[in-house]
Amino acid sequence: MLLAKMKEALSRLYEDIEQAPEPVAAEVLPDEAAAEAAGAEDVQPEEAGPAAETGPQQEEAQGDEGEEPEAAPAPGPKETDYAAKGYHLDVDLSPAKVPEAAEILLRENFFIESITGVDWIDEQQLEAVYDFNHFDELCRIVIRTTTDRDNPEIPTISHIYQGANWHEREAHDFFGIKFIGHPDLSPLLLPEDADFHPLLKDFKA
Amino acid sequence: MKGLLQRDVNQETFTLNLGPQHPATHGVLRVKLEMDGEYIVEAEPVLGYIHRMHEKMGENRTWAKFLPNCGRMDYLSAMSYNHGYVATVERAAGIEVPERAEYIRVITVELNRISSHLLWFGAFVLDLGGFTPLLYAFDDREQILDLLESVTGSRLTYCYFRFGGVYNDIDDSFIAGTREFIKRLRKRMPMYDALVTKNIILIKRLKDIGFITKDMARRYGATGPVARGSGIDFDVRKHEPYSVYPEFDFDIPVYEEGDSMARYMVRMDEIEQSMRIIEQALDKLPGGEIKPKKAVKMVKPEKGDYYCAVEAARGSFGIRIVSDGTNTPYRMKLRSPTYSNLSLFGEAAKGMLLPDALALMGSLDLVIPEIDR
Repeated sequence: MLLAKMKEALSRLYEDIEQAPEPVAAEVLPDEAAAEAAGAEDVQPEEAGPAAETGPQQEEAQGDEGEEPEAAPAPGPKETDYAAKGYHLDVDLSPAKVPEAAEILLRENFFIESITGVDWIDEQQLEAVYDFNHFDELCRIVIRTTTDRDNPEIPTISHIYQGANWHEREAHDFFGIKFIGHPDLSPLLLPEDADFHPLLKDFKA
Repeated sequence: MKGLLQRDVNQETFTLNLGPQHPATHGVLRVKLEMDGEYIVEAEPVLGYIHRMHEKMGENRTWAKFLPNCGRMDYLSAMSYNHGYVATVERAAGIEVPERAEYIRVITVELNRISSHLLWFGAFVLDLGGFTPLLYAFDDREQILDLLESVTGSRLTYCYFRFGGVYNDIDDSFIAGTREFIKRLRKRMPMYDALVTKNIILIKRLKDIGFITKDMARRYGATGPVARGSGIDFDVRKHEPYSVYPEFDFDIPVYEEGDSMARYMVRMDEIEQSMRIIEQALDKLPGGEIKPKKAVKMVKPEKGDYYCAVEAARGSFGIRIVSDGTNTPYRMKLRSPTYSNLSLFGEAAKGMLLPDALALMGSLDLVIPEIDR
């Protein structure tokens, strides 16, 4: 119930993207395509599709551990196999959309579990991953966004979820992701004069 | 002289530094306090004094070699951390766990939860100025440490679970000892109740003080007894059943008040619930293997990211792993419950008297190595 509702609410964040490069499976409705792609991923995660060469925007919209689904899916929240992955909904957004998504989630009484980064050094990208969960009904939602590794900037959500304050500071400590609008990005776990970001893959102690 | 008298004393605040070496912080936590007399205007926890970068350590060793690290974050409920990590890797690599092993896991995790709550109980009352209960609590806790030492080989930083099972089977003497201990603790709980819980000094220190609202818990992501003391019926064991927890009949204590007393009551009630789980697990304990038939030699989870959470003594402990299909993790995020629970301290402590804020901090049940990781 909650899952379907959230999927619909979050898919509205994609409305202005849909004018961008048409997905290959253009005749399929966006929602169905997303569901189909999610299904395809579960069965054959390794098969690289023939339609892998999509536009740059598509590429970014699924920096999903290098998994390449058969057909390029329409952008939108993807339902995942909970038993295998541990979360229900995978939402890949552009950095600018993250605060909007957080507002939607807070309205639906989700709580924030954590924020973290992943350094995709081969693709020269930094990914930020936000985990949300619900107190009443089991529904784990993952918001992810990718940003340029040389200049990682993502708007803060610490004014929406106050708990994000420390999580963002931690992600800044470890990865150097700049959360725009964050009140204080000084090192939290690292020494106060630290100017290094140890979880970057090219970090040398 | 005139200037001094005319000065508005309410505008005058001073900075007070609490910690990093302070008995009430139970470890190296520092809190920068902006004080107006005895009242807190602003409180800012300063972390990182015992940061060891477990997440980086996770990236430079094989999946199995990370196992000992799990006992060194929350050293008071190390079993839950063991459980969280092996459960995540088992989910990612699709490893089956024999039923007996899951039962043993639940028994040891719940024993560890009781020992953690007992230590918290003693230390918390110590914070409030009562020394004696600590000695009683440690007496009980000692029994658990002996029991767990007999099967795991260690008293605190357990590394007992393996991918697909546990390291060592439990024997009859452990089972008999555990039953004996539960009998003993059942007799002791009424004493704790009369000596501490119903003590007027304790009630005056905790009741209607240190409020955490539901909304605050949501915005900060507070879980565990902190959330349950604020009327949130959330326990990963029930909410997102894992292991063999669905097979047991137990309740989740929830208190609506949201004050320090509510959090105290949640933990005291949880001790009884953990005892119920252990009893049922001992009754139903199936025979069979404690490890998979085919030994798990090299773990290589498929490419992708995986999340798994368990209910540790302090709340929801989650691990997010990213695998690139090799024998070392690409990324390992450790979501520790007290990190989130402590982050609300600044907001909750605003306007409180300093001694009350220390009671609030104690009721959060902080373990600093787990916050700093």
